[in-house]
Amino acid sequence: MDAVIYMDNNATTRVAPEVFEEMAPYFTKYYGNPSSMHTFGGMVGRQISKAREQVASLINAAPEEIIFTSCGTESDSTAIWAALASNPSKKHIITTRVEHPAVKNLCEHLEKTGYRVSWVPVDHEGRLDMDYVNDHLAEDTAIVSVMWANNESGVIFPVDRIARAAAERGAVFHTDAVQAVGKIPVDVKATAVNMLSLSGHKIHAPKGVGALYVRKGTKFSPFLIGGHQERGRRGGTENTASIIGLGKAAEMARTNLTRDMARIRALRDKLETGILENIPHALLNGDKENRLPNTVNISFEYIEGEAILLMMDQMGICASSGSACTSGSLEPSHVLRAMGVPFTAAHGSIRFSLSIYNTEEEIDFVLEKLPPVIDRLRRMSPFWKEGSCKVQ
Amino acid sequence: MWEYTDKVKDHFLNPRNVGEIENPDGVGEVGSMACGDALKLFFKLDADGKIEDARFQTFGCASAIASSSALTEMLKGKTIDEAEKITNEDIAAYLGGLPKEKMHCSVLGRDALKKAVMNYRGEAPVASDGEVVCECFGVTDRQIEKAVRENNLKTVEDVTNYTKAGGGCGNCHEKIREIIDEVHQKATPAPVVPKKMTNIEKIKLIEETLEREIKPALRKDGGSIELVDVDGNTVYVRLTGTCAVCAASELTLKNYVEATLRELVTPELTVEEVR
Repeated sequence: MDAVIYMDNNATTRVAPEVFEEMAPYFTKYYGNPSSMHTFGGMVGRQISKAREQVASLINAAPEEIIFTSCGTESDSTAIWAALASNPSKKHIITTRVEHPAVKNLCEHLEKTGYRVSWVPVDHEGRLDMDYVNDHLAEDTAIVSVMWANNESGVIFPVDRIARAAAERGAVFHTDAVQAVGKIPVDVKATAVNMLSLSGHKIHAPKGVGALYVRKGTKFSPFLIGGHQERGRRGGTENTASIIGLGKAAEMARTNLTRDMARIRALRDKLETGILENIPHALLNGDKENRLPNTVNISFEYIEGEAILLMMDQMGICASSGSACTSGSLEPSHVLRAMGVPFTAAHGSIRFSLSIYNTEEEIDFVLEKLPPVIDRLRRMSPFWKEGSCKVQ
Repeated sequence: MWEYTDKVKDHFLNPRNVGEIENPDGVGEVGSMACGDALKLFFKLDADGKIEDARFQTFGCASAIASSSALTEMLKGKTIDEAEKITNEDIAAYLGGLPKEKMHCSVLGRDALKKAVMNYRGEAPVASDGEVVCECFGVTDRQIEKAVRENNLKTVEDVTNYTKAGGGCGNCHEKIREIIDEVHQKATPAPVVPKKMTNIEKIKLIEETLEREIKPALRKDGGSIELVDVDGNTVYVRLTGTCAVCAASELTLKNYVEATLRELVTPELTVEEVR
């Protein structure tokens, strides 16, 4: 398949050609180990320092507050374990019901090993219940971990308010900002965030590289113990080319964020309006206003998401679904369920997530091709009767 | 991405016999929107009592639509008695197989067929088909028992793949485990293998297991197996029929024949093929 219309950028993104170009020499030409004494290795070390500055600059941090990791998940795990290890007497964790599995599954695991976990609920539009956070912050709360923006609904959370509330009660605040960084302005100096995770492949850098921001003064203990790399905070030889790529991607995101996101938001809005106006029984999931500019999540009632995805796939359109059938589990997405989206609608949910590489022609193509797909599947459905619902 | 066979893709993208039949002779409806899949099956008989038309409406994923389409094709030209013999495995086989996690789609087809036949015969739907074990998906103990027995399921995960039971909150896993154990105890009434068997007893048990368990399974694929010799704990066998030329015969031998013998005779056994 050559002509792919890629609208699944919350899953992963294309590596920007500029990023790839920046990385390329570090595989076969400048392959030195940044820890080596010789000039050949040392020059790679300098590039890593530059990448650290670029990543720091994107979120307004200091370079020494950035630790390179292998992915968003490693950043999340490192942050949570570090907070728990630094506060051994505290046995309580606050997180949300809509976290990415990287945080959710770790917290579920910790729950089994003796930690109390408070799961913050969300409302119908995916907005966090702030009162719940305030009511559950306790003396023994070790860490509050709340994502900056949700990967499925795109809803942006009030991380600064939560971070301040956590700080008042002496709890560490961590945010999984994997979906937020590069899509909306993220400024760690303007918030009370202690730790922040970001991932390369969501911002046009390659897969297999991420970073963890650790605010100066936040107690830390390493997750990977080994060599002196990352100033002893993350052992293991650096993924040099990818780190250099992440630096370039961060620089591009910072330079172009305002311009790019205005354009992406306009495309997203066109797609969203076009779908909602032309397809009956299509419901928007998530807070319309307070949302990532690239994400739209829509439920098509009376049909199932995997079938929609595979029919779109035939036309080269890539998106994703919160349907049970796409995940291998039998229940639809935990995010949509937490939002109280009825099973009947959650099974037919489709997420489109755009990037700088999407064009208006692609939006038009999807708006042309999607209605017949929905119509075709609905005509197969026992619950559908021309223009309305047949049963239930 | 699921690995679907070309046949599944074909029946999904070009489903046969979509729609309703006016005044059908039989109609069966199973599943619900909440479960994530639902199927309504219609059929009409000709003057000779053979199914002349079968149609479906399905809410569900690609494999649910493909299973429904396949079922309607399989039904055409069959008498009710013949149609009733179609199992969920037949539906999956017709499609060249389904991913393990999608087997419940074929079960959906079989259940709809069963209901449609009952509807044709004017039998009232059984008021309560056992007791609900899985609250999330409304699956009863009888349904689980049946799936375990018919498909020789061994684990809770298998049961979930076939019936969806246990795929939600997970509270019923223990109960499902008990049902699996019960069914298997009933299926092999004398599983108590004495700790120390004489050679004669061991050979006899191997022969019995081959006859009762292994041969019927291999026969489904057109193959068979002969016992050649038993030397200590090494069982020498010869694969015949399609098994003899099948590229996967070594897998069959180790993963199925050896595993079954180890389970039902003694765990020390190894199986070697004689060609």
